[in-house]
Amino acid sequence: MRHHRNIFVLLAIGLLGAVALFMSYDLGRGWEYALGLRSVKVSAMAIVACCVAYSSVTFQTLTNNRILTPSIMGFESVYMLLQTVIVYIYGDQTFKVLNSFDNFMLSVVCMIGFAFMLYILIYRKGKDNIYLLVLIGLVLGILFHSLSSFMQLIIDPNDFFIIQGKMFASFSNINKDLLGYSAVIMVVTLIIGFRLTKYLDVISLGRDQAISLGINYQRMVQIFLVIIAILVSISTALIGPITFLGIMVTNLTYELLKTYRHSLTIAACCLVTAILIIGGQFLTEHLFHLSTPITTIINLVGGAYFLYLLLGLKKI
Amino acid sequence: MSSRFSFIYKFKHATKNPARIPGLLYAGGELVIGKLQQHRRELGLSLILLICSLISLFVGVADISIFDIINQNTEKLRLVFISRIPRTVSLIIAGVGLSISGLIMQQMTQNKFVSPTTAGSLDAAKMGILASIILIPASSMLVKALFAFAFTFLASLIFLKMVESIRYRNVIFVPLVGLMFGGILSSISTFAAVNLNIVQQMNAWMMGDFSGILEGRYELIYVSLPATILTYLYANKFTVVGMGQDFAKNLGLNYRAVMNIGLFCVSLTVSAVMIIAGSISFLGLVVPNIVSIIYGDNIKKTLPFVALFGSTFLVICDIIGRLVIFPYEIPIGMMVGVIGGVIFLILLLRQR
Repeated sequence: MRHHRNIFVLLAIGLLGAVALFMSYDLGRGWEYALGLRSVKVSAMAIVACCVAYSSVTFQTLTNNRILTPSIMGFESVYMLLQTVIVYIYGDQTFKVLNSFDNFMLSVVCMIGFAFMLYILIYRKGKDNIYLLVLIGLVLGILFHSLSSFMQLIIDPNDFFIIQGKMFASFSNINKDLLGYSAVIMVVTLIIGFRLTKYLDVISLGRDQAISLGINYQRMVQIFLVIIAILVSISTALIGPITFLGIMVTNLTYELLKTYRHSLTIAACCLVTAILIIGGQFLTEHLFHLSTPITTIINLVGGAYFLYLLLGLKKI
Repeated sequence: MSSRFSFIYKFKHATKNPARIPGLLYAGGELVIGKLQQHRRELGLSLILLICSLISLFVGVADISIFDIINQNTEKLRLVFISRIPRTVSLIIAGVGLSISGLIMQQMTQNKFVSPTTAGSLDAAKMGILASIILIPASSMLVKALFAFAFTFLASLIFLKMVESIRYRNVIFVPLVGLMFGGILSSISTFAAVNLNIVQQMNAWMMGDFSGILEGRYELIYVSLPATILTYLYANKFTVVGMGQDFAKNLGLNYRAVMNIGLFCVSLTVSAVMIIAGSISFLGLVVPNIVSIIYGDNIKKTLPFVALFGSTFLVICDIIGRLVIFPYEIPIGMMVGVIGGVIFLILLLRQR
């Protein structure tokens, strides 16, 4: 317990340090303006961090492994297909016709709707194999992907850059209003989510154990899947796709914290993710002056880590 | 029972028997059809393929009919030889190659959901082509093919290594891992493409499409023929190798060598098709599964069926793609991707 408390204190200090550095480094003369911009960025990163952390840890517990993230279930392909269709229809008028709030809401609704259709399809069929669910989501995702890449082929190259901008997660140009809405949805979902973490502890024992301990297994899994769908949708609609971030942060957390209590793991994972994103953003933006957004780098590093996990260098 | 009835009986039996449901490979295979019947079926399928190919020769923007050929209309004959015949030939070869590659991969991993699409091979080939374009801007087709081959071979090796370390887990877990592996590879290529500002062009090259095939630009696809023949000779050995290293060695098989031959064939075929036409997903996955539902799993016997089915499927998809929005075309990569993807979903939902 003491050990855990120390880790949490360290993580909190780390987060505060990262935020302080990010906010105060090289502010210059127009500091009020810069501070305002940076606080929007930091809040966006915090929201994304919490969404990714909760959804990834929960998803890995449900699927009983350490190498999956919920975003592979097709959420991101739905998002990209929607963006492609919008640009396909409106072309360079896109920004006039659809403001960022409408786009955000539309994206969230589409992704959550997709997830519900997927869940209903699988559970109606009387299957409760979660791998099957994930694989079917993934295959649907590939279908959507090939549809959107076909549409991208016939789009005007100038309009294509609008889509290309959406292909990579980025924290710049985030609308302040969106931040408020997503924060509200996220907080409500997380409050419900954290009240349910004790069930996750039991589910992690395995399906049969959980059932014999008196848990309505299928119902609980469905509830968690819904929570995951909401969180992933918010984070994707807010900043764009970041597929492999979840793998890296959860595994880092498991290394730090050897416990099976999910309330602790998830909380720690939120902190780890926030430190990683904010610290990484600080490094790339101010020290290395890279134009590539941090999320792309995280995606690559996360992907490499996934390979490392899979090649049996580590037991999975 | 007459042969026709016994066939129908077997078909019904096959679809109901859980042992034949994809996802469960069982050794041996209980295909009990006589030699004559086998030949008759092969003949029938070949006839269908022939008819489809003939149709494919006469479908297109330029109006060419069979009378033009009889009348020796030089203008139209030239068109047939420059465009229509190369296109149809490469469709057939690509169909045979890709579906047989899928079959080998399924045998080697003993998992019916593995194929070039679900093992990251297609994404690796894309990455290879992109690498050749970046490193050697004026590279010839052969150089590109070599790059694609090297990347595909390496990726397949990595994939097999992964499968070994998760062997005794859920059947569905293996393709899941492979698809994620492919996702990582393609996110690396996209990243590189973004920095060079060629995302849209790259997607255009990689989308499977036979409309650009002309005489003098498709001959590389013949490279995959030797690989296909090699596969036929080694068919049974791949099955044995799929049963594990110890088992294969006990039967006196050089495990490594056979494994490498299999990977070599698959990589050669996939990269040749990738260079000539672009990526065609799900073909290698769906065709062997359909054949196995109908004809069973004795691959020495079903191999011709897989080849015939694969090429017929591809030719038909291409004809449909040429007709739907005539005079424009829907790229075959998308046609097969959508049709194949839907069939894959049905297969997944059917399995218990």
